[in-house]
Amino acid sequence: MTERELGKLIASVKAGRMSRRAFVCKMVGFGLTAPFATQILAHAGIAQTAPQTDYKPAKAGGGGALKLLFWQAPTLLNPHFAVGTKDAEGCRIFYEPLAAWDPEGNLVPVLAAEIPDIENGGVAADGMSVIWKLKKGVEWHDGRPFTADDVVFNWEYASDPATAATTIGDYRDATVEKIDPLSVRVRFEKPTPFWADAFVGTAGMIIPKHLFEAYKGANSRDAPANLKPVGTGPYRFVEFSPGDLVRGERNPSYHVADRPFFDTIEMKGGGDAVSAARAVIQTGEYDYAWNMQVEDEILVRLENAPNAKGRTQIVQSRGIEHIQINNADPWTEVDGERSSVKTKHPLFSDPAVRQALALLVDRAVVQTHIYGRTGVTTGNFLNNPDRFTSKNTKWELNIDKANGLLEEAGWKRGPDGIRAKDGKKLKLVFQTSINAPRQKTQAIVKQACQKAGIDLELKSVIASVYFSSDVANPDTARKFYTDIQMYTVGTPSIPDPERFMQQFVSWEIASKDNKWQGANPTRWRNEEYDKIFRAAQGELDPVKRAMLFIKMNDMVVEDGVVIPVVNRRWVAAVSNKLKATLSGWDNDFWDLRHWYRET
Amino acid sequence: MGRYLLRRLLIAVPSLIGISIVLFAVLALAPGDPFGELASNPNVPPEVAAGLRAKFGLDDPIALRYVRWLSAMLHGNWGFSFVSRIDVDTLIWRRLPATLLVIGSSQVLALLIALPVGVYSAVRRYSIFDQIANLLAFIGFSLPTFFTGLLFILLFSIYLDWLPFVFRTDLGATGWHWYWEEFKQAVMPVAVLALLQAASWTRYVRSSVLEVIRLDYVTTARAKGLPERMVVVKHVVRNALIPVVTLVALQMPALFGGAIVTEQIFRIPGIGSLLISSILANDTPVIMAVTFVFACLVILFNLVADILYGWLDPRIAYR
Repeated sequence: MTERELGKLIASVKAGRMSRRAFVCKMVGFGLTAPFATQILAHAGIAQTAPQTDYKPAKAGGGGALKLLFWQAPTLLNPHFAVGTKDAEGCRIFYEPLAAWDPEGNLVPVLAAEIPDIENGGVAADGMSVIWKLKKGVEWHDGRPFTADDVVFNWEYASDPATAATTIGDYRDATVEKIDPLSVRVRFEKPTPFWADAFVGTAGMIIPKHLFEAYKGANSRDAPANLKPVGTGPYRFVEFSPGDLVRGERNPSYHVADRPFFDTIEMKGGGDAVSAARAVIQTGEYDYAWNMQVEDEILVRLENAPNAKGRTQIVQSRGIEHIQINNADPWTEVDGERSSVKTKHPLFSDPAVRQALALLVDRAVVQTHIYGRTGVTTGNFLNNPDRFTSKNTKWELNIDKANGLLEEAGWKRGPDGIRAKDGKKLKLVFQTSINAPRQKTQAIVKQACQKAGIDLELKSVIASVYFSSDVANPDTARKFYTDIQMYTVGTPSIPDPERFMQQFVSWEIASKDNKWQGANPTRWRNEEYDKIFRAAQGELDPVKRAMLFIKMNDMVVEDGVVIPVVNRRWVAAVSNKLKATLSGWDNDFWDLRHWYRET
Repeated sequence: MGRYLLRRLLIAVPSLIGISIVLFAVLALAPGDPFGELASNPNVPPEVAAGLRAKFGLDDPIALRYVRWLSAMLHGNWGFSFVSRIDVDTLIWRRLPATLLVIGSSQVLALLIALPVGVYSAVRRYSIFDQIANLLAFIGFSLPTFFTGLLFILLFSIYLDWLPFVFRTDLGATGWHWYWEEFKQAVMPVAVLALLQAASWTRYVRSSVLEVIRLDYVTTARAKGLPERMVVVKHVVRNALIPVVTLVALQMPALFGGAIVTEQIFRIPGIGSLLISSILANDTPVIMAVTFVFACLVILFNLVADILYGWLDPRIAYR
């Protein structure tokens, strides 16, 4: 189909001659995915149909207590200080952003009156600014009105380095100005196709200006409201005991009619994930348990028990457990650093070795025996939402093919069964963090490699070292002083993959100069990739932009920079009676106001 | 006496400084940093974590950081948690009640079991009662708390469904109902800790009573025609308990330290679980403060034990 024809179709939807559904069906017929087709429409200014919520309760309140169990407890209640998702979840009970991400990666307005787009004049055609219209009649829990001043203040607060906000990265590249009491304009320095960063989702929760105004900058820690949040959310604050408990009660003046359902909310923290799963699924003591990092086998057993009181809820996410190939030489020191960009990996500089390795990862076994429903095999590095998932890649386990590739490239088996070429033996060190599923995966890969004449030495590093930014420690993932390594990236994540795909651009290569803070540990450099990435940064057409990201994914996978293993899922345990929609692109509490219990 | 106290307190100062140096150095050399979670989140640029490190002074040399910490501590400023940005003393105060309640009642329960059982098995040495008490005591202190804790949860919460296994500080109940709920949730952790403690104390009481019961003055008391009950309660137990009292005093710091593992298993928001979560989050100021408080308590209660011993046993003199 040509662009012209597509334009005609869109026009007929606009004019009402064709239904949205018919358009989407037609697009699917052409091989596009449904969310992608919806996005084409959204870009053309045809508003998305309001998400169908099958919300049953007829009035607010009357739902009793909602009991939530977190095996890591929230330690603070200021969204701009949140270190981990547990903190953000605690804040999300009381605070709300302008818009949230639903499970399909679409924006849903919360404090905004509508989602800005090109058609309603919200998003500037040149991508240099976006106008947010705020919802009318929203009140803070203390009765003060919520206005544009609050929104502007949040930008000032978070972007001030002295405040030491963890959200500074989402705010500092923009400037925010008030247009009128109910609208603000966010300006960017350069065309920004992904404008839904500040004020959206986890990093976008809005704190009240009148309580934090005096505590912007160096004395941010002294604000009393850090411990006693006053937000706009469905529940208002009752009690907080850091590292243990958050309690709230129904906000009677909530800005959505007949919401929320529960009278009180309680978020208990501490303990471990397995017993948290038991408390929801087996004994029913709690309604919901967060982040079930539990072997799927155990979850399945609990759920299938005859009198199970809960179930797991699994949603898509971007998390990708993957193996990285080092493009630099980890065994030679240059200017005081190993894996220096000035070196080339002696074995991986031969593409045959990289391709062979990709054929030796038995993803199916990893899924069935280790991750179960919580990790699904994939050939892509960039997974989800569907519009960014490449359909061009495939993966296989093929030891014969790997052997053939290596043989052809001149890697001959030695007397010990290990292949060698020009005196270089195919011996690799494979590092990962200490974590039972990872050690099992390592063993599976090692076994297959042995059959192909590659000798893998397995190394595991304690997680607190491996994932730290400790400059002095040689065993961190960013230093990558081994041949290959494996871990998960992409949880938590926002739907837009720009920052996610940044980990392969040449200017992000981790090195001594940037204290190994660069996002690219593989030290892969590819001019074409850099070029496509830069193009995507400025590409305003969402369809073309998605294509560019798909292209980037295909490049890193085909070139053997990374070997994707499984796409991780986000898992929570939920009581059988509780109706809750979770999203892999936002906090679990993104839609807390619609949670209810069936009788 | 006054001079003795003064000397002991003066000796305590260098040992506390030594302890704090060791603690600080170990924590500073240990891998990991409080903003690790930010560093592995692709949505947060790496400079954010680096900026926070710089702002909280984590990149300064260890010696400088130690001096800064020490001088703040001497001014009564315990610093603030890197993770929650709340003052450390507030955090500790909030956690004290739960620890005192659970650990305190477990110690009381342990004493209530250990004293009568220990004395009775010493008096009726090698009787059936003594044999059974011994057997149970050995089982008691060879089972670690994390194991008995899990066993209790499996049995009482999951199979029988009698007791909750998540400890809550805010029970949605009032009046008598509140006490009942509190009892229900505290009984498992208290029992787990009390059984371990009672087992070892029983053995201790027994042997100390055995030592005294053989002495001549006990024989004299019996020869005077005092009833056996009176002999045991008034003459034997009184003297036999002197070493037990010091032992209990020495155990007091553990009371504050909480039973770290038990608190974690039952989700009791006490000092022990605060320590564990701070260690996992590499929250140096909190770990430092909690461990330092423990060190102070150990030194203090050693002193208390010594003084108590001298007061109870006039043969001991302070010099």
